[in-house]
Amino acid sequence: MKLGGGNGNSLIQVRNLDKKYVRGSEEIHVLQGLNLDVDKGDFVAFMGPSGSGKTTLLNLLGGLDVPSAGSITVAGDEITRLSGNKLTTWRARHVGFVFQMYNLIPVLSAFRNVELPLLLTGLSKAERRRHVETALSIVGLRDRMGHNPRQLSGGQLQRVAIARAIVADPTFLLCDEPTGDLDRKSADEILNLVDLLVRDHGKTVLMVTHDPRAAERAQVTLHLDKGVLAEGVAQPA
Amino acid sequence: MKYLPLIIANLGRKKIRTILTVLSFAVALFLFGLLAAIRGAFTMGADVAGADRLAVTNRASIIQPLPIAYRDRIERIPGVVRATHFNWFGGVYQDEKQFFAQFAIDPESYREVFPEFIVPPDQWQAFVADRAGAVAGEATAKKYGWKVGDRIPIRGTFLPGIWEFNLHGIYRGSRPQDDLTQFWFHYKFMEEKAPPWFKGIVGWYFVKIANPAAAPRLVKVIDETFANSAYETRTQTEKAMATSFAKQMGNIEFLIMAIGGVVFFTLLLVSGNTMAGAVRERTSELAVLKAVGYTDRFVLAIVLAESAAVAAGGGILGLAGVKLFTLKGDPTGGMLPFFYISWGAIGAGLALAVTVGLAAGIIPAVLAMRLRVIDALRRV
Repeated sequence: MKLGGGNGNSLIQVRNLDKKYVRGSEEIHVLQGLNLDVDKGDFVAFMGPSGSGKTTLLNLLGGLDVPSAGSITVAGDEITRLSGNKLTTWRARHVGFVFQMYNLIPVLSAFRNVELPLLLTGLSKAERRRHVETALSIVGLRDRMGHNPRQLSGGQLQRVAIARAIVADPTFLLCDEPTGDLDRKSADEILNLVDLLVRDHGKTVLMVTHDPRAAERAQVTLHLDKGVLAEGVAQPA
Repeated sequence: MKYLPLIIANLGRKKIRTILTVLSFAVALFLFGLLAAIRGAFTMGADVAGADRLAVTNRASIIQPLPIAYRDRIERIPGVVRATHFNWFGGVYQDEKQFFAQFAIDPESYREVFPEFIVPPDQWQAFVADRAGAVAGEATAKKYGWKVGDRIPIRGTFLPGIWEFNLHGIYRGSRPQDDLTQFWFHYKFMEEKAPPWFKGIVGWYFVKIANPAAAPRLVKVIDETFANSAYETRTQTEKAMATSFAKQMGNIEFLIMAIGGVVFFTLLLVSGNTMAGAVRERTSELAVLKAVGYTDRFVLAIVLAESAAVAAGGGILGLAGVKLFTLKGDPTGGMLPFFYISWGAIGAGLALAVTVGLAAGIIPAVLAMRLRVIDALRRV
């Protein structure tokens, strides 16, 4: 991971990224001239006060929003040039999202929730089942795959959400406050799981958090303040 | 098909709401089916009319008679296969409320001209052999609990007296929409018992022709044959006769369309509001679907599919209900002998239900399609 321009071989390259919103006559600069390189297998945490632009950066990296200026390139694809269905298709192939509020479909079982991203692929029913079972095994919930979200605890819900995020084997995971709605014990379990995904499965994870204990798990913590990135203390890999 | 569990799960989210919406479609489609059956009752004569049959009536009015001697002259016209005649009897069974049509017929020619009515051969032979014999439609026989061998007394109106008939047969139709309420007896029996002024006359003729394409020419030839006589004729196809008869009842079609239109417009507003609510409450879920890679068009399609599924479910329920209802026969005791809903009307009803369902879902679906993921997630 590097702040500023890298050598161009990184998995994610962010160059001169600007994002501003216009509210009435006022122009609000949320991100200003951001440069960032993230390598495959990195675990990066973003911290900063509310309104500092953390979630905006995550939305831009995930192709959910478009920048006012600058570029984002992921695995050679400049996503800031994509729009509409192309961007949606890119998201399906490359990004796994984990949200603070889990955002599972309450009327679907854990299995069906995890299966959702796979329905967009050409996998057969049997192949989808195998993938879902593998993902749920990784998060330790294979025995709960028939349960509906209301039958699961907060920690279990987030683990199902992580299974959904990893089931299609995306290029990287974006986690927006993944422990923000959990008690300490459950939060630690989720962070252990993210650690496992990075260490044993080689996943690249970018995580927004307010929680310093969560940030400690990352290899690098970056601080965002008034739309500008600054590096924190690097953790041993 | 792989998205079916998602659609079913979404419909099961609020079961009472879904059930009530399905029921509102079911009630509307039941009404639609009922109106279609009533419309059919007025126009079915035209639908079941044989393409190879002509109707010959008195030119002045259908209630004015024609001479029985016309039959031979009609049958001599090239292109005519057979002619049979009818007399309306208009008798009363038990009391005036018990209505069913009674016709004096010529058995031999009748069977040739109307082969769609089926009577078991032994029953038909017994009917032919007994001048006081009669054949009743299955629906009428069932309604009054008649069986073969019963003696049926009918009080004459314009031909006074109590007329007693021996029921020798019960006919059924070869098509589901055939009229099964008629009561037939011998023309000769009526002629024997009727006063002198009624002898030698018939109500109207039905003429079986060899080639339906020749109908326009034969219509002209028959009317020309009897032109300038004391009993001039008006010949038309059976379908045209049935249609003009239906028109005498007033603009039933307009009335039915108006009622149906109001019902479906109300249904559109109610179900549209329900669908909008259903989409609004799962904004974040739709946003997540988009986030994980589902396209805007997919979200549009899934909302429309849910709306159409509710409408189709209600439609099937309502139309099945009305089909069962019509299978019980005429609910008015004789006013609607052709009380029947065709598969065509059922198909049209189902298509209408799905169209209303799609129309009700279109605004919520478009709003869902345009939903921006980051805006929707921010609301959570």
